[in-house]
Amino acid sequence: MEYLIIGNSVAAAGCIEGIRRRDKTGAITVLSKENYEMYARPLISYLLAGKTTEDKMRYRPIGFYEDNNVSLLYDPAAAIDVRARTVETVGGRRLSYDALLLATGARPIVPPIEGLDKVKHRYTFLTLDDARALGASLRPDSRVLIVGAGLIGLKCAEAVRHTCAAVTVIDAADRVLSSILTREAAASVEAHLAHNGIGLRLNDRAARFEGNTAYLASGETVGFDILVMAVGVAPETALAGLAGIEIGRGIRIDARGETSAKNVYAAGDCAETLDVSSGTVKNMALLPNAYMQGECAGLNMAGGRAVFDRAIPMNAIGFFGLHILSAGSYIGSTYTETADGAYKCLFYDENALKGFILVGDVEKAGIYTALIRERTPLCEIDFELVKQKPSLIAFDRAARREKLGRAV
Amino acid sequence: MKRIYVREEWCLGCHLCEYYCALADRGGKDMARQLKGIKIKPRIRIEEGKEVCFAVSCRHCTEPLCVKSCLTGAIKKEGAGVVTVDREKCVSCYTCILVCPYGALSPAERGTVQKCELCAEKPGGPACVGHCPNGAIVYEE
Ligand SMILES: Cc1cc2nc3c(=O)[nH]c(=O)nc-3n(C[C@H](O)[C@H](O)[C@H](O)COP(=O)(O)OP(=O)(O)OC[C@H]3O[C@@H](n4cnc5c(N)ncnc54)[C@H](O)[C@@H]3O)c2cc1C
Repeated sequence: MEYLIIGNSVAAAGCIEGIRRRDKTGAITVLSKENYEMYARPLISYLLAGKTTEDKMRYRPIGFYEDNNVSLLYDPAAAIDVRARTVETVGGRRLSYDALLLATGARPIVPPIEGLDKVKHRYTFLTLDDARALGASLRPDSRVLIVGAGLIGLKCAEAVRHTCAAVTVIDAADRVLSSILTREAAASVEAHLAHNGIGLRLNDRAARFEGNTAYLASGETVGFDILVMAVGVAPETALAGLAGIEIGRGIRIDARGETSAKNVYAAGDCAETLDVSSGTVKNMALLPNAYMQGECAGLNMAGGRAVFDRAIPMNAIGFFGLHILSAGSYIGSTYTETADGAYKCLFYDENALKGFILVGDVEKAGIYTALIRERTPLCEIDFELVKQKPSLIAFDRAARREKLGRAV
Repeated sequence: MKRIYVREEWCLGCHLCEYYCALADRGGKDMARQLKGIKIKPRIRIEEGKEVCFAVSCRHCTEPLCVKSCLTGAIKKEGAGVVTVDREKCVSCYTCILVCPYGALSPAERGTVQKCELCAEKPGGPACVGHCPNGAIVYEE
């Protein structure tokens, strides 16, 4: 068997490990666009903040490629021919495959804003190279403006806060982290960010840039030395699209990870995913999802019959020591608790927990996540108890024996 | 592999497992001296209800969600199947806490996250098992 993987990140790691669970000998080739062995992408903000090192950021140990008998080529894919089962590379190689994985991830969305292309110190924040470049340009007196108060923008803001003079984050939404927090939950997070010196401009957007000044839609202006564009990411689907592979909200895949082209699989941020908490198909740019889709694809590329049909959106994110955990969809009735600076909101319908937001107190949150992921009927558990405290005692004795009294 | 199993019908709710776990973490033999006046953060936790109680620690799952979800690659399942955390690599993102269906990972006293690693480096096997007075926690194949 000849396996070929385009992209060298989390989904690729899952795929390699999935393949090797079934096939110890087939040849695996990985094409990488970035000039590094795979690294933990979410850690670029921790690197910038000095909380980790490039060495500790290795997503897999030294020797990973050799140990798994993988040849890693720093040569990006240029075109796929699904009929001939070949991939051409930028470096002029033509590689054939029996099974192909597209793990091309996501790219930053950069909206067309007047004057943006003339801003001198302008960055996006997705790669190790981005983090290195941004880090190199930061001065103690730099004023940093970040466009986008999502996960990436705010992690970047936290990372640079203590190495520059001022950080301002601007977002068109009425709150920070608008895709994972409700207005109510966002309030305490915003206060915490402000307390830690992050300037927030919500309900506003950059209409135009002129030199080192951003002109906002509200009429205000913000001066800056360094600009970071972090409005969001989009699935990297260009290669697949040109090869005639179906694209939806990402490269379309079935529950086994296969695309519309036979023996061509896709996983991770480049692919679309069925969110079982809402029943809708989405692009979920999340690391656990990328690993598990990649692993499922790898198992199937090596002749297995795996399915990955348990995806839900979920996020663990922290800023200046405040942790926020969330999962699922915010639909149905709500149960809210606020105590000692902690905030909890559960979302549920007649039969299942649908989603939750926890700020501050994260204990045993995974029990909530599992209820959403497994769509556990609420009539089978003591939901009143679970509402107050995620616990296994809320399950009946037989269910507990399954969980704690045998191998799982 | 050998794993820890709990027999809830035998659990007395005495919390000794929690104390011996915390002691194993700190080292030393004298519990009174090591743990006096400290709010312990054990890797095994008792859940208590009106009629039942039982201990919960890592299940060392065959398909561990914490390993698959770890942002850094710090959580691994190796060798005999023990799921371990490399606390040098961990950045305390808490994604593992978000995904563990058993609530078996928790923030550690000295930062990062912690979980039961079966007292792997300690002779005599898991401290919670050895010190359970009623055989409610067992360590078996
Ligand atoms: C700052 C930041 C913080 C994050 N924090 C979190 C978090 O807290 N929790 C979470 O769940 N997720 C987080 N994420 C998202 C997470 O990093 C991604 O979901 C994950 O990396 C997706 O993995 P992937 O393998 O699908 O794609 P990617 O990691 O995007 O990798 C795809 C790779 O493919 C390469 N590639 C593209 N085209 C080609 C080609 N033609 N040939 C060869 N190679 C190609 C790309 O260059 C890239 O290296 C964060 C991301 C960022 C940037």
